[in-house]
Amino acid sequence: MSLDNATVAKIARLARLKIDEAALAPMAAELNQILEFVEELGAVNTDGVPPLTSVVATQLKMRDDVVTDGGYPEKVLANAPAAEQGFYTVPKVVE
Amino acid sequence: MSENKNLIEGATGPWEIVLGLEVHAQVTSNAKLFSGAATAFGAEPNAQVSLVDAAMPGMLPVINRYCVEQAVRTGLGLKAQINLTSRFDRKNYFYADLPQGYQISQFEHPIVGKGVITLDLADGVSREVGITRLHLEQDAGKSLHDQAPSLTFVDLNRSGVALMEIVSEPDMRSAEEAGAYLKKLRTILRYLGTCDGNMEEGSMRADVNVSVRKPGGPLGTRCEIKNVNSVRFVMQAIEYEARRQIDILEGGGKIDQETRLFDTAKGVTRTMRSKEEALDYRYFPDPDLLPLVLDEAWVEKIKADLPELPDEKKARLIEKMGLTPYDATVLVADQDVAAFYEAVAAGRDAKTAANWVIGDFMAHFNKSGQDLKDFTITAPKLGQLIDLITDGTLSTRLAKDVLEAMVASGKTAPEIVEEKGLRQVTDTGAIEAVIADIMAKNADKVAEYRGGKDKLFGFFVGQVMKAMGGKANPAALNDLLKQKLAG
Repeated sequence: MSLDNATVAKIARLARLKIDEAALAPMAAELNQILEFVEELGAVNTDGVPPLTSVVATQLKMRDDVVTDGGYPEKVLANAPAAEQGFYTVPKVVE
Repeated sequence: MSENKNLIEGATGPWEIVLGLEVHAQVTSNAKLFSGAATAFGAEPNAQVSLVDAAMPGMLPVINRYCVEQAVRTGLGLKAQINLTSRFDRKNYFYADLPQGYQISQFEHPIVGKGVITLDLADGVSREVGITRLHLEQDAGKSLHDQAPSLTFVDLNRSGVALMEIVSEPDMRSAEEAGAYLKKLRTILRYLGTCDGNMEEGSMRADVNVSVRKPGGPLGTRCEIKNVNSVRFVMQAIEYEARRQIDILEGGGKIDQETRLFDTAKGVTRTMRSKEEALDYRYFPDPDLLPLVLDEAWVEKIKADLPELPDEKKARLIEKMGLTPYDATVLVADQDVAAFYEAVAAGRDAKTAANWVIGDFMAHFNKSGQDLKDFTITAPKLGQLIDLITDGTLSTRLAKDVLEAMVASGKTAPEIVEEKGLRQVTDTGAIEAVIADIMAKNADKVAEYRGGKDKLFGFFVGQVMKAMGGKANPAALNDLLKQKLAG
């Protein structure tokens, strides 16, 4: 697997990262190194081995359907860069 | 039934619409899917938000067992396959009302697989529509764009509320069928108690996939109309969108696969985003959550406790109570109405009870705008009224007036009959006296009738009824009048 500059530009756009044209090639090279490193795992034969979903033998923990949280809008908004009348406010987004 | 009677005529001949629906149904639960915050509608902004829902660093999701149970229950109600192992994935995108930057959803391995819904169409016709899948996912927050000129206000109360996304096969062929699908799905969800189906409050929303093709031809390119929030709007959006696509194709153009919005004010659909800007969600398994593994015995227990569903209830009303498919369909569409009907029909004639519930009762009830449980006419009260017809006290005509008086006054039928002296007159002597009087006053008409003018019979019936304030027993009146006029 090898990423070209266009793919890197697309990934950057999806991640909302601004990357200068000049930085694309070095970034592609770095990402490719990482991918190559991971691809070494491909050498291991995994035929018939089920995918590992957890390294600990445990089941998904579940919760009862009771309200145990919330009711603190001031805490929720405490770190908001901007808020008004109990709402977060952001630059206008309209589709 | 392969022939489609719902073809749309275009300039180049008939076209067929192909429709599939994705419905987002809010799970009825106290707490959210992965946090302990409340789900109630209409709270103060951000008052029902936990730090998990606000995606604060380090917060981890813990699944709500009841939401899982509700999804399984819904799957069973849709006669669908329940997947004992399913998985949660992250659907990645950026939006102001999605603090995590991803929605926890189920992409590759949904909790519920293939099922089926039976549509009840006009004229008692039924049609099956396949369910592709149902999966659990989180709702996003709510954006308000009209509060300030340059700002969007974000409320996260809905963020993290459990949704069921229910996807149909592209099995529908007309706006009417899509409307029937939504109504039937809503009825089933309400019977199951898994979603309140309230489209105005946004607890049920539909995405509609529309394409058109020449009958029997290959499928056309589809457009998806997002987030339509009423049955009527879904049907309007389909009509508009199908016509738009046909016009483009007949004009030599081609359809671009895109996401569209339905403008309810103008009644048109317009582009929301085209394929070039199509989102790339980069799904991957959520590392915060282990696979969801269900115990088969638990699923069986939910299945054993399912309520009687609308199709089964309808079949029972037709087979055991002798109702017509039409009457049964109308009665089972709302679980409360069905229960009301069964209470009225208990120990009484099933068809008479159905006629009264569907006819006069429904008319008064709909006009009241009240909830069934608050409405003044209860099942026992309507039952009393029907009993007065059965025992001959009231004619059907008089009973309609009594029902109207019951709605206005809140009194029972026997009270009103006593008070207004509405008791039907079956005493033949009293009727005979009035007939004699009317005949004496209209000697000329009697002569005409006897001379062969049969049509005058109705005139005499009317006159006698009028003189008796509508209280004469119609059958007795007819018989006596015929005798007397015959001379």
